[in-house]
Amino acid sequence: MHTIKKIVLFLLLFISNPSFAFPEYNLTEGVTPVSHDIYNLHMTIFWICVVIGTAVFSVITYSLIYHRKSRGAKAAHFHEHFWVEITWTIIPFLILVAMAIPATRVLLHMNDFAQPDLTIQVTGFQWKWRYDYLDQNIHFFSNISTPYNQMHGSEPKGPDYLREVDHPLVVPIHKKIRFLITSNDVIHGWWVPDLGVKHDAIPGFIYEAWARINKPGIYRGQCSKLCGLNHGFMPIVVIAMDEKDFDAWIIQQKGGTSPTPAPNTSPAPSATSSEKSPAVASKTSQKTPLPATAAAPTAPAAGKKITMDEAMKHGEQIFLGTCAACHKPDGTGSPPVFPALKGSKIATGPIDAHINTVLNGKSGTAMQAFRDQFSDDDLAAVITYERNAFGNNTGTIVQPADITAAKAKK
Amino acid sequence: MAHDAHQLEHKGFFGWLSRWLFTTNHKDIGTLYLIFSGVMFFIGGMMAELIRAQLLKPGLNLFDTNFYNQLVTLHGLIMIFGVIMPAFVGLANWMIPLMIGAPDMALPRLNNWSFWILPFAFTILLSTLFMSGGGPNFGWTMYAPLSTLYAPPSTDFLVIAIHLMGLSSIMGAINIMTTILNLRTPSMTFMQMPLFVWTWLITSFLLITAMPVLAGAVTMILFDRHFGTSFFNAAGGGDPILYQHVFWFFAHPEVYILILPGFGIISEIIPTFSRKKLFGYTFMVAATAAIALLSFLVWAHHMFTSGIAVGAQMFFMYTTMLIAVPTGIKVFNWVATMFRGALTFETPMLFAIAFVFLFTIGGFSGLMLAIVPADYQYTDTYFVVAHFHYVLVTGALFTIIAGIYFWLPKWTGHYYNERLGKIHFWLTLISVNLTFFPMHFLGLAGMPRRIPDYALQYTDFNQIASIGAFILGAAQLIFLYNIIMTIRGGKKASGKVWEGAHGLEWTVPSPAPYHTFQ
Repeated sequence: MHTIKKIVLFLLLFISNPSFAFPEYNLTEGVTPVSHDIYNLHMTIFWICVVIGTAVFSVITYSLIYHRKSRGAKAAHFHEHFWVEITWTIIPFLILVAMAIPATRVLLHMNDFAQPDLTIQVTGFQWKWRYDYLDQNIHFFSNISTPYNQMHGSEPKGPDYLREVDHPLVVPIHKKIRFLITSNDVIHGWWVPDLGVKHDAIPGFIYEAWARINKPGIYRGQCSKLCGLNHGFMPIVVIAMDEKDFDAWIIQQKGGTSPTPAPNTSPAPSATSSEKSPAVASKTSQKTPLPATAAAPTAPAAGKKITMDEAMKHGEQIFLGTCAACHKPDGTGSPPVFPALKGSKIATGPIDAHINTVLNGKSGTAMQAFRDQFSDDDLAAVITYERNAFGNNTGTIVQPADITAAKAKK
Repeated sequence: MAHDAHQLEHKGFFGWLSRWLFTTNHKDIGTLYLIFSGVMFFIGGMMAELIRAQLLKPGLNLFDTNFYNQLVTLHGLIMIFGVIMPAFVGLANWMIPLMIGAPDMALPRLNNWSFWILPFAFTILLSTLFMSGGGPNFGWTMYAPLSTLYAPPSTDFLVIAIHLMGLSSIMGAINIMTTILNLRTPSMTFMQMPLFVWTWLITSFLLITAMPVLAGAVTMILFDRHFGTSFFNAAGGGDPILYQHVFWFFAHPEVYILILPGFGIISEIIPTFSRKKLFGYTFMVAATAAIALLSFLVWAHHMFTSGIAVGAQMFFMYTTMLIAVPTGIKVFNWVATMFRGALTFETPMLFAIAFVFLFTIGGFSGLMLAIVPADYQYTDTYFVVAHFHYVLVTGALFTIIAGIYFWLPKWTGHYYNERLGKIHFWLTLISVNLTFFPMHFLGLAGMPRRIPDYALQYTDFNQIASIGAFILGAAQLIFLYNIIMTIRGGKKASGKVWEGAHGLEWTVPSPAPYHTFQ
C-alpha cells in the first residue's frame, strides 16, 4: 500500500507541475488563424474522446473487478435490449454531428483561397524545394544544410539537425500568402505545422493552400510524403518578418541595396549553415539571401580559374550533399537504377557529355537538370570531383567558364 | 475424403510431403495457413525491429536510406498480406466447418491451391530484396509516380507477387462464402450462425469486391512502367491522384478485411469467459454489415491533403465519422456482455479485454483523423502510424493471438501453459503500449512517417518506442515456445475445453478428429 501511495503522490506532483503541459508533445497552436482553429478542434475532439473513453473503460473496469467468478459472481441471463441498442446508436450519432459542425466551418475557411496578398509557388524536387515569388519574380532552391558528417556520426549534431536549409522561405506577416504547390518529379508533401499548412505536391498539377501569419519568427517543417531516398532530408524553413523587413529583403534579392539593416528576426537565425556556398541559381540573387549570416563564404569571382585541390575539396562537399544519395559516397551507386560513377563511361569519357548530363539531367530517370540549382563554380567543382574521385583519376579539370559556355549553348 | 485418410497411411519423407502438399482437408490447410502466417510474422517482425533499431537514435546509424525504405515497404506488405490475412483464413479453415457442422470446406481442391500459391508469392516478394537495384522502396501504398517512373526493376516482381496473393485471397474468399452459404448443418439458420462465421461471410464479400481493384491498380503500374501508358503520369494525360483513388478503393475495405474476422473472434471469446450469452447478437450482425457497406464509401479520407475538392472532403469526412456508430455498437455490446457476467481471466480472455481497451483507443485516434482540418496536421505523421498500429497490432493481431490460445486445445488436444500465456500477455501488453503510444506524441510534435532519421527533439520518445519494440519482439518468442510445447504435450483437454464454451465446435473431441460431421 505504501508504494502505491508513493506512486500516486508522484503522479499528482507530475501532473500539477506546470511543465506537464508538454508543449513539445502536443499539436502546435501555430501562428495562423487556421492553425489556431485546427488546434481548438483537435483539443475539443480529444476531450470528447477522453470523456467517452473514461465512461466505457470505467464500466469495463467495474465488471472486471466486481463481476469476476473468483468473487462468486453468477452470470446474469440478459442478452438483448432493443432500446438500449437504439440509445447507444443515437447518442454517438448526435455527438458526431456536434463534432462535424465546427469541423466543417474550419474546413470551408481553409478552402477560401480568394484575394491573396502574395503568391508563392512551391515546387518539390527530389530532394529540395524551389520557391518562386510570382509577383516579385524571385526564385531560388532551398536545400538541407545539415552537413553529411553530422548524419553519419563523425561530427556532433547541431541544434537544428535535419531542420536547417541554405535558403529559407521568407514571407511577410499579416498578409494572406497563397501557396501554389506542385512537384517536378514524384509526390512530395509541403508541411509547416505552425502555419497549419500541409499539402501534397503532385507532379503535373498545381494545388492551393494559404496562410496568414500573425507572429514573426522561424517556422520549421519537412516533407511529409515518402518521395524516395532522401525523403527524410528535405526540410522547410519559413522566416516570417514584418512588411518593412520583407520589402527590404525583396529589394536585396533583386540586387539592390537594402535601405535598412538586416531585419531582426528573433531568435537569432540559425536557419542557415555556413557549410555550403550559396547555391542560389537565379541570376538575380548572387548575393547571399538576407537571413544568412556573414559567415557564409562568398563564391569565387567569375572568370577565376580553379585549381584541382580547390575543386576536389569544394566538389566533395556538393557531391556528398546532393549526389551521394543516389550515387553513393564512394561513387558505386546502386545499379541499374542509380548508375555508378566510379569508372563509368560518362565520368571518365568526354567532358561535354558529362557536363551535359549534369546540366540537363536525363529524362525518364531520377537524374535532374542541375543547371539552375547550382552556380557555375559549384557545377565545375562537382564535375571535376566526379572525374577524379573514386579512382577515376582522369586528371581533367572543368573550369567555371566551361560551364558558362555549356549553359550558353542551350 | 477417403483419399485423404488413405494418404495418412503413407510412410517416410515423401509420404509426409505428399500429405501436406496434396491435402484437401480443411484442418490440414488451416494448419498450413497458420504456420505460414507465423513464419511471415517473424520475418515481418524482424524488419520492424531493424526499423526501430535504426530509429533508436538520430543519425543514419545502421543502413542507408534505400534499405530503410525497402524495410518500410516490405514490413507493411508482409504484415498485411502475409500475416494478418493468412492467419484469419487459417482460422476460418479450421473453425468454420466445425462451427457450422460441415464435413469440410465446399471446394477442397481450390482450398489447397489457394494456400500453396502463397509461399510462391512471398518467395517472389522477398527475393526482390536481393535483386540489383534493391527491392520495392516506395511504401506498401505504392504511390505513383514513385512506383512507376522512379522505381527499381524489382517492382515488376512485386506486381506479380501481389497478383498471386490476390488470386489466393479471392479463391479463399469464394470458398469460405460457398461453405457458409451451402454447408451449414440443416437446422442452422443464418441468425443462428456464430458471429465468427457471420463476420467471415461479410469479409468474404469484401475480399471478392476489393481484391480485383488492387489487381487493376498494380496492373496499371505495370503498364505505365513498360507498355507506354500514362494512367498516372500527367505528362501523358494521366493523374497520379487516380492511382490513389483506385488503391484506396481497395485498401479501405482491406482495412475492414483485416479487422472484421477479429471482431468475430472476440465475440466468441468474451461470452465464453463471461459465462453469459453475447449481448445484442442481432445488432452485432447488423453493425458488421453496416461497417462493411460504409467501408466502400470512405476511401478518400486517406487523401485529404492530396487536393480533392472541398465537397468531396466533406462527404468523406461525414461517412468516415459515421463508421464510429456501428463500431461503437460493437464495443458497447462487448462491454454489456461482460457486465454482470462471471468472468475468469484465461489468456484468450486477457487478450480479448486488452483488445477492447486498445482497439477503442485506436478508434478514437481514427475519429480524430476523420476531422479533415485536423487531418491536415495529423496525416503522414507518426500519429497515423500510432493509429493504425493500435487497430492492427492491438486490434487485428491481438484477436488472432486470442483466437490461437482459445482454439489451441481444440486443435492439439492439450491446454497451453497458462503461466507462460499470462507472462506472454503482460509482456506484450506493456511493450506494445511502450512502442506505439509515444508515437501519438511524435506525430503531434511534427515527426513525419517513413523517415530514416529525425530531428533531435524526437529522440526521447523514439528511444522509448524502440525499447518497447525490442521487448515486444522478444515476448513473441515465448508465444512460439508455448505453442510448440502445447503441440508436443500438456494437460489433456476435454471436448468442451472451456467451462463456458458454447457451439458445435466444442461438441467434437479434442483434438478434433481428422474428419468431423461426416
